Amino acid sequence: MTLVAFALVLWGFGWWLNTRLAEGPHSDTRAVRLAIPLIFGATVLIVWELVVRGLNVPLVILPAPSLIAARFAGSLPILWADFVQTFVKGALSGYLIGCGAAFLMAVAVDRSDFLRLGLLPVGNFVAALPIVGTAPILVMWFGFDWQSKAAVVVVMVFFPMLVNTVAGLRETTAMQRDLMETYAASYWQSFFKLRLPAAMPFIFNGLKISTTLALIGAIVAEFFGSPTLGMGFRISTSVGQLALDMVWAEIVVAALAGTLFYGLVALIEHHVTFWHPSQRR
Amino acid sequence: MKQIMAVLTVVATLIGLWYLACIPMNMQGVLVEAERAGAEVAPPDAAARREMGGVSLALRNGFAVPATWAQERPRLPAPHQVAVELWDTTVLKKITSKRSLVYHGWVTLSATLLGFGIGTVLGVLLAVGIVHSRVMDMSVMPWAIVSQTIPIIALAPMIIVVLYSVGVQGIIPKAVISAYLSFFPVVVGMVKGLRSPDAMQLDLLRTYSASKGETFWKLRLPASMPYLFASLKIGIAASLVGAIVGELPTGAVSGLGARLLAGSYYGQTVQIWSALFGAAILAACLVGLLGLIEKTVLKRMGMA
Repeated sequence: MTLVAFALVLWGFGWWLNTRLAEGPHSDTRAVRLAIPLIFGATVLIVWELVVRGLNVPLVILPAPSLIAARFAGSLPILWADFVQTFVKGALSGYLIGCGAAFLMAVAVDRSDFLRLGLLPVGNFVAALPIVGTAPILVMWFGFDWQSKAAVVVVMVFFPMLVNTVAGLRETTAMQRDLMETYAASYWQSFFKLRLPAAMPFIFNGLKISTTLALIGAIVAEFFGSPTLGMGFRISTSVGQLALDMVWAEIVVAALAGTLFYGLVALIEHHVTFWHPSQRR
Repeated sequence: MKQIMAVLTVVATLIGLWYLACIPMNMQGVLVEAERAGAEVAPPDAAARREMGGVSLALRNGFAVPATWAQERPRLPAPHQVAVELWDTTVLKKITSKRSLVYHGWVTLSATLLGFGIGTVLGVLLAVGIVHSRVMDMSVMPWAIVSQTIPIIALAPMIIVVLYSVGVQGIIPKAVISAYLSFFPVVVGMVKGLRSPDAMQLDLLRTYSASKGETFWKLRLPASMPYLFASLKIGIAASLVGAIVGELPTGAVSGLGARLLAGSYYGQTVQIWSALFGAAILAACLVGLLGLIEKTVLKRMGMA
């Protein structure tokens, strides 16, 4: 009980500290902006640890963070193998194929007004559907290994990427296009010098949405059948063995992979679209 | 009008491609059946056929093409097979029947709606807190944004098992997953919406000496509506995915996800495709319904 009481006190202290920082004179400095979420995160972790220990919460309901960390550190080779199988082979290859295909398709579609008019509503519609459901079909077609996971990812990222790229390629104003015309620019010249750069914010929006979708697709597809490794496989079998610390370790890996992947794309975006208002500091 | 024509053309093209794709996909199976029935098949050796691609087989066995659209268990069912199955399992079956897609759809839909409701209410509450408290904004908001990049759905099997071990089962675990998935889009969208009034508008209310509550009800909340609806549409689609995925790991016996899983166990491809289209139609209806509500509300508010 003392541990739980201590957790409550600690929670209060963390909140008080953050309040002081947020309402203090230095609240707009970068250090404070970074410190506050970190303090909050650390408080949540410590409170979690204390409450789990204090109330003797069984492992099958919620393992303590220290236990998860120990399991994470103790099974790095397994986690790495799962990561390579699911993320590098499944998600990443599917992401590249799907986004690349959607981009080329968008460029092709963009030349015809009729196609664009027809394809945009269909694409928007499909992008809102539960495409994850195609996973059992694709697993049946492409086998249990990573190829089927990549295929699920391709289908999942294709339409959001297509819709965003097509919308982005429409982004230039008539004035800008007319200017290119007065320079006697060919279609491809005005494509590479005007319309593609103008589309970049939209393209990166699609790429960023797709990072999360890619991981979801690769993990969920493994629930329908996989070789004996992979993050989705590990999660579903560890849940079956009630080894929840392993499940949480796998979720940490998924969270890290998802955040880093997204961060990487956002970083590239920052360098490519440095001119865009949203990127200015 | 032109747009409708264009959409119809695209859809017709897609269906045409689908029929074409059926031919090479199903050719192997059809030829095996045809050989058993005593028909003359181009390379008579089964092993040689397995080496060949579907397209070249189709070219050498033109007679078998119609059969690829009428198999019992095709690798890729033809559109009309899926449509017939959908019609059979929705209109012709009683809704109480275990084989009715309406019944399974309702099981999934109820979990989706419950979860979506919980997620939306909690999300809006958190957004209100974030907008009014600087501490909450600075400590919670970064995590809310980061959590959007995490494949939360990976948690689904665990949530179900954990809730099961504390004695909760049935609709609640699925609803929890749905709520979790719709929660973050609503928070992020609603925060953006509640902050959308510009400084000029906020200043105007200050000159009226409006209190924080009055500013909230008369300016911030109305201004946030377009953002709210945009994120609700994302949220409900995510909720449906959550409910479907929530049915996978427990071996649930009812629900669209259970139909998908059972279909993939027993190789009932037509059943998988019809469940998939059932889910798609459901998602389209939900998003469409929200769009309709959005239009009416915004019109009544004079915003659209």
